[in-house]
Amino acid sequence: MQHRLTTPLTSEQTKQLKSGDTVLLSGVIYTARDAAHKRLCEALERGESLPLNLQNAVIYYAGPTPARPGEVIGSCGPTTSGRMDAYAPTLMHQGVIGMIGKGARNAEVVKAIKACGAVYFAAIGGAGAVMASCVKEAEVVCYDDLGSEAVRRLVVENMPLTVIIDSEGRNLYTDGPAQYLAACTEEETGL
Amino acid sequence: MRTISAHEITDAVARLCIEANRTLSPDMTNALANAKASEPWPVAKAALDTICENLTVAEQTGLPICQDTGMAVVFADIGQEVFIDGNFEQAVHDGVAKGYTEGFLRKSVVADPIRRGNTGDNTPAVIHTRLVPGDRLRLTVAPKGFGSENMSRIAMLKPAQGKEGVMDFIVETVRLAGPNPCPPIVVGVGIGGTFELCAMLAKRALLRGVDTRHPDPYYAEMEQTLLARINALGIGAQGFGGKTTALGLQIETYPTHIAGMPVAVNISCHVTRHKEAVL
Repeated sequence: MQHRLTTPLTSEQTKQLKSGDTVLLSGVIYTARDAAHKRLCEALERGESLPLNLQNAVIYYAGPTPARPGEVIGSCGPTTSGRMDAYAPTLMHQGVIGMIGKGARNAEVVKAIKACGAVYFAAIGGAGAVMASCVKEAEVVCYDDLGSEAVRRLVVENMPLTVIIDSEGRNLYTDGPAQYLAACTEEETGL
Repeated sequence: MRTISAHEITDAVARLCIEANRTLSPDMTNALANAKASEPWPVAKAALDTICENLTVAEQTGLPICQDTGMAVVFADIGQEVFIDGNFEQAVHDGVAKGYTEGFLRKSVVADPIRRGNTGDNTPAVIHTRLVPGDRLRLTVAPKGFGSENMSRIAMLKPAQGKEGVMDFIVETVRLAGPNPCPPIVVGVGIGGTFELCAMLAKRALLRGVDTRHPDPYYAEMEQTLLARINALGIGAQGFGGKTTALGLQIETYPTHIAGMPVAVNISCHVTRHKEAVL
């Protein structure tokens, strides 16, 4: 099933999303990867307020290439999400409702997704040039010193995503290959 | 004796960094087009459509194919009759800095593995030199992304584990990598040598071209068998399930010690990049 959604996402909306669905996402999302996640979580540990509002926010695990003169952003596909697993549950409990990345998540993240009614999307890894065309605005929100790893506020239009882990914990990375293999044996491809 | 100046090397490396990040070699684009044409599983087909479209967009716009423009791995085969006027390694590092800055490529290198800290210009490069006959200098720039590099593994197997042990380790490495290294992947395999040479063989195997087979029929057959076993895992494009998990698997070998059987598996993504120039 295909959905068109605009951020901020609500838990009513995320509940409608099923693993394997495709989404065209528009609105504001925030980039953050390894170093930014570390800083955000350290700020929380110190009891400080965060430099961005995470309520119902969508985080994009991405570090773009520099924008060329006159352009909004460079190539900006997703990075491997697993490196953010140590931080993601904390941020979901702070209000993050959607994560965009690529690759597997651990059991703690799946548990937090279910508890918070959140969702984990994949963007196509390695398709940075296509993703760039969906980004209409980009500005650094904080941690500018991190360069590519700074937190950026992006306004995206019809960003093509696939629901990997839905709010009930179903996971396309386990179900997809299993269903493909089952379909193959059924009719010796039959596909 | 032929003289090659350091600035010629710098300029060539800079150009190769930019080109490698914008266009793939024909063997890769063909393999991706074939994977797309033969994919029966709809979600994987959609992913391959986007992957192929992305190559076109990158070529037309000059944007990097992938935002992870990699750590620059530079192979240099230096003819023993070449005189390099200047500092060779510095010339290569300068070329990487120039290419990554002028090409608007991402600076992804940190100065220290534990203490981190971005170097700001993607240097240093990882440089592998060989001294070869002749009066030419062959440079290959292979920017390596770490989504796939992180899924690579090495094992010092026992000789008793034999061919099956080697094959099981390779397939298991791909299974464990799952969706993380941006499949469909390219698998570089090194077998033999010592610990460090084995890893180097795996890295060099990624340069060979996904449409090539090992000249020794024994290993050529092993490459084909392994590719079939890997694609039977059903991981598919992006890990969504599907027919093509790997576009290619290349093996490089070297004699080894009576007590050992090292195996290295270097995983590379669907944006496996390398560009070459001969000076």
